[in-house]
Amino acid sequence: MSDRSLRGKVAVAGVGETVYYRHSQAPEPEFVLCLKAILAACADAGIDPRDIDGFASFSDDRNDPMSLSAALGIHELRFSNMQWGGGGGGVAGALANASAAIAGGLADCVVVYRALAQGQFGRFGQGVQMPGVPREFGLSMPYGQMAPAQFFAPMVNRFLHDHGIGQEALRAIAMTSYHHAQANPRAVMYGKPLTEEKYDASRWIAEPFHLFDCCQENDGAAAIILVSAERARDMRQKPAFVLGAAMGSAHRAPNSPASSFALPDLGTSQFKSVAKRLYAMARLSPGDVDVVQCYENFTGGVLMSLVEHGFFKPEEAMDFLKLENLIAPSGKLPLNTSGGNLAECYMHGLGLQIEAVRQIRGQSTSQVPDAHVSLAVGGPMSPPVSTIVYGSEATL
Amino acid sequence: MSNYILGQNAASPEGDGGHHGGANAGYYLPEGLPAPLAHPVELYGPYWEGTRAEKLVVQRNPATGVYQWPPQWITHDTQSFDIEWAEVAPRGIIHSWTRIWHPVHPALKDAGPYILVVVELPHAGNIRMLGNLLGDPAQNIVIGADVEAVFEHHDNAEPPFTLVQWRTVPNP
Repeated sequence: MSDRSLRGKVAVAGVGETVYYRHSQAPEPEFVLCLKAILAACADAGIDPRDIDGFASFSDDRNDPMSLSAALGIHELRFSNMQWGGGGGGVAGALANASAAIAGGLADCVVVYRALAQGQFGRFGQGVQMPGVPREFGLSMPYGQMAPAQFFAPMVNRFLHDHGIGQEALRAIAMTSYHHAQANPRAVMYGKPLTEEKYDASRWIAEPFHLFDCCQENDGAAAIILVSAERARDMRQKPAFVLGAAMGSAHRAPNSPASSFALPDLGTSQFKSVAKRLYAMARLSPGDVDVVQCYENFTGGVLMSLVEHGFFKPEEAMDFLKLENLIAPSGKLPLNTSGGNLAECYMHGLGLQIEAVRQIRGQSTSQVPDAHVSLAVGGPMSPPVSTIVYGSEATL
Repeated sequence: MSNYILGQNAASPEGDGGHHGGANAGYYLPEGLPAPLAHPVELYGPYWEGTRAEKLVVQRNPATGVYQWPPQWITHDTQSFDIEWAEVAPRGIIHSWTRIWHPVHPALKDAGPYILVVVELPHAGNIRMLGNLLGDPAQNIVIGADVEAVFEHHDNAEPPFTLVQWRTVPNP
């Protein structure tokens, strides 16, 4: 067996977030949000910001490492990295890249960050307004397929069709996020509970997605600081050790959402092979996982990701995906315990990663008792997809 | 505008492609959506020329007969740059679908709902295409149903183009 593994070599030492805003409502520039999240993570970790020596991000984040390191007065920049891919597919990949840099000796203290100010830079959920579009965009946009919900809906519809899964399964995923957000004062949807009736009555966006199946769009920033396992043990916070991470895509997955119709296995979150590698590196199986954060671009992506991570079979989805099974502290698989992208904040999944760390620390607003293995899935259907699992000291 | 779908990889649209003449000439969706540009021409020219002539023309590996779509610079099965274009029968089966209600483009403001279908072509190696499903937007959509292409000519656009739409046909 290969000893090339991240297992137990790297840990999260600090997490930080700005206030999370509704889209376009941040009072500050995106770069300032980014700096504030990084500083919050440094404060959480108890480190001098100038001791950061690496930066890693994803989804073409606009805040480049040189701007950040100059602004922060970084002593010595040793590592910078961008994970390919749009949306939140790469969030766990960015954490994996940072972890690999530390394990491989390229850097000692790497911050993974994501900042979004859509008022400053434009919204994700709006269609492209150009008179003409090249390449694969010409195969989809003239037909009115131009936004993420519209690209991903046919994938989910195929999966629902193949396995006889009904709308109630998607509804339970949405209800779970909103349920947990009611305990989380950071959540944008704090104080805004969702009922089954409200879900059912909500408008369609693109079938099978109702309004509440779709992530929010938000402004804000989040950051996670990674250091070696040895160093993390001497720091302020209880370490959340990286047990495993993996990234990849389905076979012949098209490069762009605009050509996603050509994906040979259409009804997939693209985690089938990726999850296998995750568990192999972590030396765990799905039954060992205490709590899951799963990126909700759309609830259907969560459904497929949970199946492909081995938590239940597709034909068990209607029984498994019930609110009582998914909520902390008592559910058999507590899911999205901060409110996730649907109800806490859509920070391209970095908020979900922070929540996975909080579960290991015992700091969640919907804490799972004795959470030792905490899994966090990056954006499904948005390749390269990525996933990561954290553990407490007891799991090493 | 900034949008991660197009992002920084999108080529700047070449040609303005934007002068749609005349009133709505019975198109499925209102005019004003992005028009397809045959760019890069090596990859997309034969397809869009084909639709003007009411033909479906796609890529095929001449050595193996393996079809591929959307087009690529290289055959995925043999990594050859020798690729041929082949006409295929303009029919298929519905592989998946969505019915879109929420408009994300000004031209679609009062156009919904409308139906998108992913169509598989079993006679061409199960390649897939996308289009709108013509007819009642409230219709029941059946995965596995047979469909045939309908060529929607936008003759007044500059340059003119033809979209491939789909309609259901009775099972034989």
